Amino acid sequence: MEPASKLDHNHQLSLKELPYIVRWKDHRCTRCGRCTAVCPVKAIEASVKVKRVVYSEGPVPTPIAGRKIVHVVEQVTDIERYCTGCGTCTLVCPNDAIEPEYNLQNKFMHYKNRGGEGYKRGGRRNDPSISTLDRLKFTRISMLTDPALDAGRHEFRVRTLLGRILPSDELPLKKMNGKLVVDKESDKFIPPVREIFPIMIGSMSVGALSPPMWEGLAMGVAYLNEVEGLPVVMCTGEGGVPPRLLKSRFLKYIIIQIASGYFGWDEIIHAIPHMVEDPAAIEIKYGQGAKPGDGGLLMAQKVLKLIASIRGVPQFVDLASPPTHQTKYSIEEAVAKMIQSMSMTWGFRVPVYPKISGTKTARAVLNNLARNPYAAALSIDGEDGGTGAAYNVSIDKMGHPIASNLRECYLDLVRQGKQNELPLIAAGGVGKKGNLAANAAALIMLGASAVSIGKYTLQATANCLGDEYNRCNICNTGKCPRGITTQDPKLYRRLDSDKVAERVVEVFKAANVELKKIFAPMGRSTELPIGMSDGLSIDDKAMADRLEISYAC
Amino acid sequence: MCRLAAITSNIYFSPMENILALETMKEGHDGSGLGLTLKDLGGNFAELKGYPILSGICSKKGAKTLDDFMDKAGFKLKEIWAPKIKPVKGITQRDHYFARVYDYPTSYKNKPMREKEDLLMNIRLTLRKMGEPDESIFAFSFYPDVITLKEVGDPLQLAEFFGLDRENIKAKIILAQGRQNTNYAIYLYACHPFFIQGYCSMTNGENTAFVPIREFLMSRGFPGYIGYNSDSEVFTHILHYTVRQLGFPLTYYKDVITPLKESEIEQREDREALKLIKQSLRPLCIDGPNVVIGFTPDGSCFMVHDAKKLRPGVVGGVKGKFALMSEECGLDSAIPKRDKSKDIFPMKYDTVIVKPHAEEVKVWNQLQN
Ligand code: SF4
Ligand code: SF4
Repeated sequence: MEPASKLDHNHQLSLKELPYIVRWKDHRCTRCGRCTAVCPVKAIEASVKVKRVVYSEGPVPTPIAGRKIVHVVEQVTDIERYCTGCGTCTLVCPNDAIEPEYNLQNKFMHYKNRGGEGYKRGGRRNDPSISTLDRLKFTRISMLTDPALDAGRHEFRVRTLLGRILPSDELPLKKMNGKLVVDKESDKFIPPVREIFPIMIGSMSVGALSPPMWEGLAMGVAYLNEVEGLPVVMCTGEGGVPPRLLKSRFLKYIIIQIASGYFGWDEIIHAIPHMVEDPAAIEIKYGQGAKPGDGGLLMAQKVLKLIASIRGVPQFVDLASPPTHQTKYSIEEAVAKMIQSMSMTWGFRVPVYPKISGTKTARAVLNNLARNPYAAALSIDGEDGGTGAAYNVSIDKMGHPIASNLRECYLDLVRQGKQNELPLIAAGGVGKKGNLAANAAALIMLGASAVSIGKYTLQATANCLGDEYNRCNICNTGKCPRGITTQDPKLYRRLDSDKVAERVVEVFKAANVELKKIFAPMGRSTELPIGMSDGLSIDDKAMADRLEISYAC
Repeated sequence: MCRLAAITSNIYFSPMENILALETMKEGHDGSGLGLTLKDLGGNFAELKGYPILSGICSKKGAKTLDDFMDKAGFKLKEIWAPKIKPVKGITQRDHYFARVYDYPTSYKNKPMREKEDLLMNIRLTLRKMGEPDESIFAFSFYPDVITLKEVGDPLQLAEFFGLDRENIKAKIILAQGRQNTNYAIYLYACHPFFIQGYCSMTNGENTAFVPIREFLMSRGFPGYIGYNSDSEVFTHILHYTVRQLGFPLTYYKDVITPLKESEIEQREDREALKLIKQSLRPLCIDGPNVVIGFTPDGSCFMVHDAKKLRPGVVGGVKGKFALMSEECGLDSAIPKRDKSKDIFPMKYDTVIVKPHAEEVKVWNQLQN
């Protein structure tokens, strides 16, 4: 038997085990070293090898076998430094000499638990198949009997309401000279309601995102509101709001999130007397689609000076939010008290709503909220939602798909006659394959009043490299090669906040046009087709039955 | 496209006037059905104004069930009117077409009208439920001083079939619709006009947001909001909900089905109320194309359009007699001697209201209220 020295070290992996194999072209490479310098995980390294070469010298071919020392770029097989397929090396290579290639055969998940730690990452569920949202089709087209609308000629308003809406028979109105007026003597509470664009930017925190990324989003949102007249709102995520923004008039485009760690809330509360505008709303986070039942986590290396001051914590400590709000015990307490106290903080002028992860128990939460006249909405984040950091098992396996979860909640409200009173916000995988407007419209027709997007925003506005083949997805490490989810200035200077803002504007303007392109042929224009489920079909009978829509093939 | 012919007058007239107007407006095949609702009745009925009239169709078997049921419910039959049917080729005759006048059960005689209305509606709904599976009973309306006739076929032939040209049946308000079916099955309960507790309407066009509107109405907890064999029935129920249930003035019907934009609302004096209404009744917004013609219990008649696609509709006449038609030629047939220059073609912001007894016609502009 030949000695097999490598095999004797039984624990060495072969490249075939890894999810991405780096294809390096010796003949194109000029050994500039940029790829190895830029690789966020050090998956490739410059190495020196002895190579057998056959050469010939002199006028007559006389092959001589010899050895030569060569410099190569080599992929390591250390599982801790696996190639993430991010492609940053390709981006910086001036000679097209290097490229990662997805390896279908990989056994990555078998090994990525060294040190007894489960695999942690960022991103969303690694399932590249076509999602339910992308299988929904808009099949009821207005033809002749009901003329389609013309997006250029008819008035279109793609707007929705965020906030608790009074039932029509409880409106405090009285008749005066044949006209209806609001009865000022009535002590009926009229909840605050905002008119917004039905796609909103979901919660991503300052801290999870880099300064230019967050700034870019906020600038884009402000521009959309003030220049384009599109009332897009964005949610801060947990961890506070930059102090300047808290005191600026742009706060009205911001939904402030409170989560179980209450990070940043000391600063927010202290800023209240200096606020010139109310925030768009307050979101109470009880759950997140990507990691149901898990709290938030901001790793120590991301807690730099700015973040520490916004969150009101010391620098360089792990910031873990507990999985639940620790002070609350029952659903009545958790929801009602929290909503009540948040509402009170802003004098009942700001809608307050909870966000939960998609779950079979969503209806129980919903029914509780339906009875609470201060609950402004319910946001449900389905299993395809993204995260900055979580265990892979949570991201991949936990949670409920949004389509049927949202649908059953909506139909539950219909049964109670409250479908217009409590808006449902759907999230989790909206735009997963890039079909933002179509996914949003489908959810609206299933009963959502609005949808929320997170990961899609990063991909579309800042070229986030992550995808459902587990490409990149190292947002948790603070080494984001795009500078999106990092606090390292060397990395985030790669990101230009103006460009991000520009893209935010483009994305929403395009979505607005595309939504009209969907609604117009279906004959809808001034109000959203919320619950107009007869406009939808799907090519699977079981799914059609579950969603209570028609089957078409 | 369906044809609509409504006439309101201060003297009794025959439904033939409506039928002839429908006939002039006829285009192509148009035999999906005829519906007639007569209000403020003349002839024999003029003496029976306070008594509820049950209008419908039943089979021999259904007649028995109906009698037994009404008996048990404590309603005493006072009078029966049945059209004298003349068989016409192409129309399948059913056993009984009827308008039965009843006296209220003793316990209800002195109850307020609202309670009586609820009782009448519940009785109608129960009859409908009992008779629907085997089509043995169809109950269209049960209300004082209102008769409804419906059947499948060509309107003019149906008029002959029912003997409307011979019968001495007259009223001061008559709504008639010749149905050209597009979306839903040909079925008696899909035939306009639709009636509920004194509110009646008929519609031309399609209703894009039918499903969420239906879901909204059905979840109001009001037993009368059922049926919906036609997407147009919701227009009647929205009218009923807005005016009777919520107590809004009739002009707000327009604000419910075609709410103004924010900037337009700002110009209205009642803007605060309007904003709340727009939010709370958001699911009832329609897209059209629709024209709705209807009446309310006080005898006001109205015509209103959607705000985008519009369907034709015209109102015209003389003091004491006005007609609300889906086409001008129908108006010419019903009231030829009128000042045509005064004809009203309502546009996106308009509600045309003809006062009770055809006293006068008013155009109410939504922008100005
Ligand atoms: S693809 Fe990304 S992780 Fe892989 S070698 Fe290139 S830079 Fe490194
Ligand atoms: S590019 Fe940044 S944000 Fe995107 S997956 Fe990679 S690490 Fe995460």
